[in-house]
Amino acid sequence: MKNRTHISVENLNVYYGDNQVLKNVTIAIPDKTITAIIGPSGCGKTTLLRCFNRLIDTVDGIKVTGKVLVDGDDIFDPQQDVTAIRKKMGLLSQRPFPLPMSIYENVAYGPRIHGTRKKNELDVIVEKYLKMANIWDEVKDRLHEPASSLSIGQQQRLCLARGLAVEPEIILADEPTSALDPVSSRNIEERFMELKNRYTIVMVTHILRQAKRLADYVVFVYLGELIEHGPSKEIFENPKEQITKEYIKGIIS
Amino acid sequence: MNGRRLVDNIGGKLMLVLTVLSGVLLLLMAWGLVAKSSAILSLKPLDTLLFSGNWNPLRGEFGFFPFIAGTIWVVGVATVIAVPVSLLTAIYLSEYAGRKIKGIVNPFIDLLAGIPSVVYGVWGVLMIVPFVKNYIAPLYGTFSSGYCVLTAGIVLAVMIFPVIINVSVEVLNMVPREVREASLSLGATKWQTVKKVVLRRAMPGVIAANVLGIARAFGETMAVLMVAGNVAMIPKSLMDPAYPLPALIANNYGEMLSIPLYDSALFFAALLLFAVVFFFNLVSRAVLVRIEKGIR
Repeated sequence: MKNRTHISVENLNVYYGDNQVLKNVTIAIPDKTITAIIGPSGCGKTTLLRCFNRLIDTVDGIKVTGKVLVDGDDIFDPQQDVTAIRKKMGLLSQRPFPLPMSIYENVAYGPRIHGTRKKNELDVIVEKYLKMANIWDEVKDRLHEPASSLSIGQQQRLCLARGLAVEPEIILADEPTSALDPVSSRNIEERFMELKNRYTIVMVTHILRQAKRLADYVVFVYLGELIEHGPSKEIFENPKEQITKEYIKGIIS
Repeated sequence: MNGRRLVDNIGGKLMLVLTVLSGVLLLLMAWGLVAKSSAILSLKPLDTLLFSGNWNPLRGEFGFFPFIAGTIWVVGVATVIAVPVSLLTAIYLSEYAGRKIKGIVNPFIDLLAGIPSVVYGVWGVLMIVPFVKNYIAPLYGTFSSGYCVLTAGIVLAVMIFPVIINVSVEVLNMVPREVREASLSLGATKWQTVKKVVLRRAMPGVIAANVLGIARAFGETMAVLMVAGNVAMIPKSLMDPAYPLPALIANNYGEMLSIPLYDSALFFAALLLFAVVFFFNLVSRAVLVRIEKGIR
């Protein structure tokens, strides 16, 4: 890979009670590309993603060992400021969850928290990121209506704008199109293609065709273990492991 | 075969009748209170009854204002104490506490809810009355017997903690986890998330929880009666005795009924309480039911 590593995972283990959800995972996720984490449901894809921004911390009874380095800093180091780590990453969840406030306030929420108070500055930020998420034209006349009044596809793009507004380096997406109709899905995918030159995008998906369309780099996780990872082309056309082959051919799912 | 079905049929019908009966009971009660208080309502104008401070049943003067004011004072103090304490407790339990702490604290809160009212009264007389008399009143440079608005408010506040806490925790738990995560993932702290997102989303339910607690406070009789002082005057400060409506009814019904109109007056007091508590309950339950439906 030509790219430098942005997130590197070293011997990561995650236990939920006696159940080990991730087993000794080591990967390097390249900078400014789209990385797709693929694999069957319940195999630890989402858990892996949630380690990157330490949302895993919010789960009761979880134990994490190993390292996740972002820009060379170990994010699980107790000295780290977790809010600063999370600010580096925008998150898109399976279903959009707008905050209980207006469209404008949803985007302004992050910048406000991080100290931007002036109305004119916020106005500029809100417009910029709503445009970047390709939703500005649809909402510019109704910025102060509740975000819940938007369609689900629009809500997901609003959530993208909201995440971009804190100026992250990384976008984490957990099956971001699974609740959307095909048109809205495509809209999100197109945004990802536009954004990938500026952001490192890590996306969990169980839609193989989506991974094929979007990803530059693919990580295959099966039953908590990292089976194989590499450039998209290699994984899809010439997988090394038998289980990867079977998954990609659709023999297992 | 037919015998079994007959039993099933009759059983079902019987239960229906019993269910309807409990609903009808409420209407019967309301009707009884209206009917019994009509005697005084037809003789005295409503505004005199509600806003006159003259309570002199022997001379036929029935101004309920001292009792209404007493009720408002006591419930007001209880609200001021209970709302912030219960709300912070509920936030702690739903947002911060781990499973272990929840497991320890929750049963205690439930026990608090199950303690008989009279026990709270005794606790008030033994602990809060002397505390207010010996420590709080001198602090303000006044004398108080300790049987006063503040004491009643404190006891009442403790009694409504569990109501507000339990309902608030339930409402907070209904806020989807992902909404919290959305806020956290933007780099918000836990407290920012609670304050700006979770509470905002749960606000109608949290208000309803508090209203439910306050409704309980309005009707609470025994504990308040034991510590409020029961002097028919309009309280001017926290250290003055109060005579809330429920205490008036409980103390006098069956005792002073030889005085003309007295029993009708007490029924009127009961009707007032009934109306206030009924209204508060209705509003808060309507809000809670709507929230539950909305989220599903």
